[in-house]
Amino acid sequence: MASGEEDGALDEKENNNKKRTKSALATAWLTFYNITMTAGWLVLAVAMAKFYIQRGTHRGLYRSISKTLKFFQTFALLEVRMVRTSVIVTGVQVSSRIFMVWFVTNSIKQIQNEESVVLFLVVWTVTEITRYSFYTFSLINHLPFFIKWARYNMFIVMYPLGVAGELMTIYAALPYVQKSGMFSLRLPNKYNVSFDYYIFLIIVMLSYIPLFPQLYFHMLRQRRRVLHGEVIVEKDD
Amino acid sequence: MSRVTFFEVEVLDHKTKAQLCFLDKVEPHATIAEIKCLLHKCYPKWYPARQALKLDPKGKTLKDDEILENLPVGTTATMYFKDLGPQLGWTMVFLAEYMGPLFIYLLFYFRLPYIYNPKYTFTSSPYPVVPLACLCHSLHYIKRLIETIFVHRFSHSTMPLRSMMKNCLYYWGFAAWLAYYINHPLYTPPTYGNQQIHYALILFLLCEAGNFSINLALNNIKSDGDRSGRIPYPTRNPFTWLFFFVSCPNYTYQVGTWIGFTIMTQCVPVALFTLVGFVQMTIWARGRHNMYLRQFKDYPSLRMAIIPLFL
Repeated sequence: MASGEEDGALDEKENNNKKRTKSALATAWLTFYNITMTAGWLVLAVAMAKFYIQRGTHRGLYRSISKTLKFFQTFALLEVRMVRTSVIVTGVQVSSRIFMVWFVTNSIKQIQNEESVVLFLVVWTVTEITRYSFYTFSLINHLPFFIKWARYNMFIVMYPLGVAGELMTIYAALPYVQKSGMFSLRLPNKYNVSFDYYIFLIIVMLSYIPLFPQLYFHMLRQRRRVLHGEVIVEKDD
Repeated sequence: MSRVTFFEVEVLDHKTKAQLCFLDKVEPHATIAEIKCLLHKCYPKWYPARQALKLDPKGKTLKDDEILENLPVGTTATMYFKDLGPQLGWTMVFLAEYMGPLFIYLLFYFRLPYIYNPKYTFTSSPYPVVPLACLCHSLHYIKRLIETIFVHRFSHSTMPLRSMMKNCLYYWGFAAWLAYYINHPLYTPPTYGNQQIHYALILFLLCEAGNFSINLALNNIKSDGDRSGRIPYPTRNPFTWLFFFVSCPNYTYQVGTWIGFTIMTQCVPVALFTLVGFVQMTIWARGRHNMYLRQFKDYPSLRMAIIPLFL
């Protein structure tokens, strides 16, 4: 009987150990992921700055960084299941990025030299470097205040600027899409369905109207909760 | 002579915790429904169907037939109120949801102006499958309307307005989308011609008959059983023999109907509608199946939720 109890206790210890190793592995992977992403976007930022300083123009800038951009932005798909924010919010953000990179700038070559592309690239780079370094430092429990400040304040300006860049880029792409009829399926066909990429892009642009305010206010609420909470603690001290 | 102790019920807002109403001299054997009526008197705009009362602000909503003295409260009960928003009777909801697709399809069938190229306005298709599809689609929704009015008995009496708007958008939107292609001047009839159409039609009709039989059978159970329900069993009607294999044959037949319609029209939007419907109905069927398993210890083990031997 006594050995039975010991067995039970041993089992429990094993389970606890298993849980601890699991969460240690998860933390290790998360830390590695966030460090990698911070590094990746830093590389992008440096490459963009170097290009502009050396050439003095933004023409050809997109071409020079497109491979790195595509790699790191697509890698972010993993985040949808990882982050604590709701799957829907992360899902919408990541899919809109993937859509821009693969289905707009990558496919429609004529708009790659537009200024609006540089605009959203700069915004994305700044936002992602801040965000991933925030996660990295949080995981190692050594979060410098200025990173926390940056994460919860810079979006106020960056978000609208990014949206403006994205919308202007899609708008610039419209005439080329209409002329080439790319990604479209016309009637008649044996599946009795049609798809017009031009109209689809217009619908995407319109969908920013309900979606953007929701994401923006979500970030504002988070900001109030995080920074407001901090103020209360200070008062108690 | 025994003294009846009256209860006092304090109703607080579930978010702000402000006191909304204080009810004294409440009978101990009063039901939640009666308390809701009392609250309605204080706040006329919150009719009982729109009230949710809970003992814990984050907890489960109390059922209408629960009795005050059986609840885990002292003689002064504190309840939290949540406004569920405007409610609509289920019958109204289903009528709106089903009349929409019925009429919208006809708008496209008769090729009303501004939908297609003007030279096709009010013309008709040379292919016999197009009026056949219109007939089948209309028959499907007429059958559903008849069932809503005469057959179905609903367990909850209302539905929130928001859900109804969402559902209407879904039904009406999809109806418009698939009607647009089936009745389009450039519609392409099925690849395997009349054979494909005939077999699909047979499948469609059989499944409609099956679905109707199941709805009748379920209705008979609800009308003479008690509120907690009984296990549905196959009857003499061969269509109900599907009960041997699944808990929710009404959903199985429904999917079959739409598969038939998809094959008959060979139209991708119809296939997508069938797919989405299948996913939704599977979720509902699994829920009902699990409820049966929890409720009845001797539930037949061969039965699956929606697809025999599979899902």
